[in-house]
Amino acid sequence: MELKPTPTRDGFGEELVALGKINPNIVVTSGDLEDATRAEYFKKEFPDRFFNLGITEQDVVGTAAGLSTQGYVAFATSFAVFLTNRAYDMIRLDVCYNNCNVKVVCSHGGVTVGEDGASAQCLEDFAIMRVLPNMKVICPADYIEAKKATRVIANTFGPFYMRTSRAPLPILTQEEDAFVIGRANVLRDGHDATVIACGVMVAEALSAADKLKAEGINLKVVNMHTIKPIDVDMIVKSAKETGAIVTAEEHQIIGGLGSAVAEVLAQYYPCPVEMVGVKDSFGESGTPAQLLAHYGLKDVDIVVAVKKVIQRKK
Amino acid sequence: MSSKTIDIESLKKQAVVFRRDILETLEAAGSGHPGGSLSAVEIFLTLYGYQLKLKPNDPRWEDRDRVIVSKGHVSPVVYTTLANFGYFPKEELKTFRKFGSRLQGHVHTKVPGVELNTGSLGHGLSFANGIALGARMRGKDFRVYCIMGDGELQEGSVWEAAMTAAHFKLDHVCAIVDYNKVQENGPTNEIKNLEPLTQKWAAFGWQVLDIDGHNIEALKLAFDEFNNTKGKPTVIIANTVKGKGVSFMEGKSAWHGKAPNKEQLAQALAELK
Repeated sequence: MELKPTPTRDGFGEELVALGKINPNIVVTSGDLEDATRAEYFKKEFPDRFFNLGITEQDVVGTAAGLSTQGYVAFATSFAVFLTNRAYDMIRLDVCYNNCNVKVVCSHGGVTVGEDGASAQCLEDFAIMRVLPNMKVICPADYIEAKKATRVIANTFGPFYMRTSRAPLPILTQEEDAFVIGRANVLRDGHDATVIACGVMVAEALSAADKLKAEGINLKVVNMHTIKPIDVDMIVKSAKETGAIVTAEEHQIIGGLGSAVAEVLAQYYPCPVEMVGVKDSFGESGTPAQLLAHYGLKDVDIVVAVKKVIQRKK
Repeated sequence: MSSKTIDIESLKKQAVVFRRDILETLEAAGSGHPGGSLSAVEIFLTLYGYQLKLKPNDPRWEDRDRVIVSKGHVSPVVYTTLANFGYFPKEELKTFRKFGSRLQGHVHTKVPGVELNTGSLGHGLSFANGIALGARMRGKDFRVYCIMGDGELQEGSVWEAAMTAAHFKLDHVCAIVDYNKVQENGPTNEIKNLEPLTQKWAAFGWQVLDIDGHNIEALKLAFDEFNNTKGKPTVIIANTVKGKGVSFMEGKSAWHGKAPNKEQLAQALAELK
């Protein structure tokens, strides 16, 4: 059955319920946004294991950390801006420094949040989460991958950050595709350049590949669902095979996926890199489609970056 | 494990030993926090010597009471307490703050008996609440203690957690405020006034016990009251003196975060007999 475009937050919410049925140790804290994060699906099924702590993000994280010490897998949930920014010190000290079994899962990443505008559009979470020791960072590309990622992080001890989307994203992956933390998936093979993308930008990358194919350019498309630990082998292999890399993320260019990829290439296999992402600015109100276009996050922007990076190969 | 009897005279003598250990540990380290360590001596002594259900030879025993030291800079009194109660050799106190030592500058779970790495203020109470919620779901009857400084109460996160403990009726949570009235740069209530402090906690839905935090009998009675209270969390406002026991440190913000030198140590030890 063909699935229609679905927000990745739905995949998270549904899988959390499925996990809750088989694992009595799953608990959830929320900053009164469970309707938006889809943690409310879990609340309805397991009210005794769900804690709406009100609009107190620091407490949402700290309480989850305390719960985790009693053998629970604690999911701390809210919008990405509120937990990663406002409760940063709790994520750093309680969760990461103490290496607690807490999964910080946030919806509302990126400009595709839409009409709410800049204050709710998190564009710095990859950067500030990946710099924390012990933290692993995931951004699924579609609903199916969000379900798999939820399952895997629940079953892997330690701190995780996962960003989900509010906007519906097209279905790109299959149920039978492997999802391994730190192991990127190749969605399309090509030899002229590689696009390494995550989240909403994976669909844009595939669309860019289609456009370039018509011009005789064969693009390799990599879904880098794990931003930390980054898949060093995949990055180096792609650089060797195609000689040029474009990164694409719905996040600041500074400090995010592009930076993580560039760190690897600078150390192991320097090659031309172009980065598609938000260029050191805040978002604004608009529809997701308008905002992706305005901030240079569309397939056409990837096409331009690919042509540029290929020119730089010589 | 507490036998629920208390020998107040013996604990008073031990308080002197603790203060001497704290100051010797700080002098050897060359840095650290004496003021809030000395003010909290009787709090720790009465907790460990009377109130807590613990097995020092099995620090991860799952039914132990949990002590969260939210004011993580008072590591000297925490490590002194744990060493004196047999969690690790007292000899190790000499390694405090030294490279390679598990006795980190701020309390760390590498040290047996420490439940949470802290150091940034305003973290402990949320964590304590999380433990308490988990214990309730597991059907465990241990209690959770959170030791905070008064300056720490300026952190908004403390009050987020205070609301949570009351809302969820966490009557197995006991917060202890070491109200020594002095923080890093001066008197707490001149920097940002906490008063009326007992009314604040009461308004947040807590049972408030306002006592002399250097009086072991008063601390014992407060813990007894906490043990018998149902339906709401308890906060013990322990009124103390910063730098207690050392004349030149008492009430002085300058001794919040500075170790005594050899001469100052000798002078302090001469007062602690």
